[in-house]
Amino acid sequence: MKIVALNGLLGYGYSEEALDIAFSEKVDYLGVDAGSTDPGPYYLGSGKSFTDRGAVKRDLALALPRALEHKAPFIIGTAGGAGSCEHVAWLKGILLEIAFEQNLSFKLGTVLSDVEAEYLLEKFKSGKLLPMCDEMPADEKAIKESTRIVSQIGIAPIIKLLEEKVDVILCGRACDTAIYAAPCIYEGYKEGLAFHMAKIMECGAMCSEPVAAADVMQGYMYDDYFELCPANPIRKCTVDRVAAHTLYEQSNPYMIYEPDGVCDLTNSKFEQVDARTVRVTGSVFKEAEEKTLKLEGVKCAGYRTICPATIYDPETIRNMDLIINTVTEFVKENTKNTLPENSYTIHFKLSGGAESSLGIIMDIVGKTQEIADTVCALARSRMLHCDYVGRKSTAGNLAFPFSPSDIHVGPVYEFSVFHLAKVDSLLETAKISTEVIGK
Amino acid sequence: MKKLIDYTKILRSKNAGPLFITFDLIFNTKEDMQYVEQRLKKTDISQAYGVEQEKIDIICYGVVNSIKITFPRKNISGSLADNDIYGCQQHIPLANIVL
Repeated sequence: MKIVALNGLLGYGYSEEALDIAFSEKVDYLGVDAGSTDPGPYYLGSGKSFTDRGAVKRDLALALPRALEHKAPFIIGTAGGAGSCEHVAWLKGILLEIAFEQNLSFKLGTVLSDVEAEYLLEKFKSGKLLPMCDEMPADEKAIKESTRIVSQIGIAPIIKLLEEKVDVILCGRACDTAIYAAPCIYEGYKEGLAFHMAKIMECGAMCSEPVAAADVMQGYMYDDYFELCPANPIRKCTVDRVAAHTLYEQSNPYMIYEPDGVCDLTNSKFEQVDARTVRVTGSVFKEAEEKTLKLEGVKCAGYRTICPATIYDPETIRNMDLIINTVTEFVKENTKNTLPENSYTIHFKLSGGAESSLGIIMDIVGKTQEIADTVCALARSRMLHCDYVGRKSTAGNLAFPFSPSDIHVGPVYEFSVFHLAKVDSLLETAKISTEVIGK
Repeated sequence: MKKLIDYTKILRSKNAGPLFITFDLIFNTKEDMQYVEQRLKKTDISQAYGVEQEKIDIICYGVVNSIKITFPRKNISGSLADNDIYGCQQHIPLANIVL
């Protein structure tokens, strides 16, 4: 069976020629990961995508007609970057636009994976919510404050839609591996090999040389092994690259943890079969007794105003601790009767230092944008003119690169929930639907 | 006096999800890997990053001559005090550990 990964992230681009090479032989499934938590909590919070609409459309517009022509189900994971229903709607809009422009028709399956705070509270109260580390304990208040929560679905909802013979599967928040493991397991291949291949393929051509998340990867699944070969002839898979890939972005290179269980790579063997192809054997899957889903939630932490500036005077830089202290106290004193208590935070984000110059970002997050503006203006003006012993540059301490000096960043989100939930069924958070697009 | 970075081919940091930071140390030879594995102490990492020793995981991945180190982030990715959302510039304190 041949499965193709469009690239490591929808919207990052890929070579069209490489895609044509991949589709020059029969393709059984096409997949692409469209999301990540790497860019931080803002995107889940705001419902916006961190990938560009134009770039996402380009990547889809070339791939969709080829997948339909090959009758290769096209599986898209974590739509819109963060995978909430808003993100899914955004990506669906792009798909519909392409279908209309290219006169395509297909059966679309959608998996939404949003969950309500009540669902988490229920899990919390019944002891089924498991924190992943002390730094983020499971906490009732944090759950209640969450404005958006998604669950990372595994292979189960995707397999359900494959059974319904859909052409395109659009997923909300999904495990990256589920995109590629689901079709392999649906076709009856071994789970250990399926998850291991999926873990490598979800990054596109990252496991090849020269390395590229932005290119097409081909996976070939057999009964007792799988093979990987990049579509682009300028790249090759090597044993080292493929073996090293399970180091990337995860905590244990021997174990891939999934909602269904764990994929154990302790006895995996890697073998170079030709100049550009690597064969993998020996990866085994152990089903978990208790199934879990990962839940990701965010809360609004306030509204941000920042002021970036540079200090070149070494004497000022030497007095920075004192200056920051003075500014902090000044703002506190000057707002004590006008702003409610605990209505803002200030972080002075410094980079560089004594030898050349010091970059500073005054980072203020207020309960409202107005509060953040007020505090930022006070901090900026006080720092500009802050005195210290032996000061010669009495005209000002800060070089501002911009006018206006203060920048509105808008709403700020923080992760409020990042836990595992014990579930009775791996379908319990998935809302699955199908519809016919076009014609 | 050689630093940890002098023994490595690749030394990188990255989020392993928003709660954890993970470091990949990849070596040219098995000997380099074993040398570092024997000398790198959790106490040094604990000191360099202000993280409790018992929260530090060190796993040797001999398949590609590498060592993986993972521990919880002090500031969760994107929290108000965080300075490195992707966590990909956190490797320097580790790189500078003298072995």
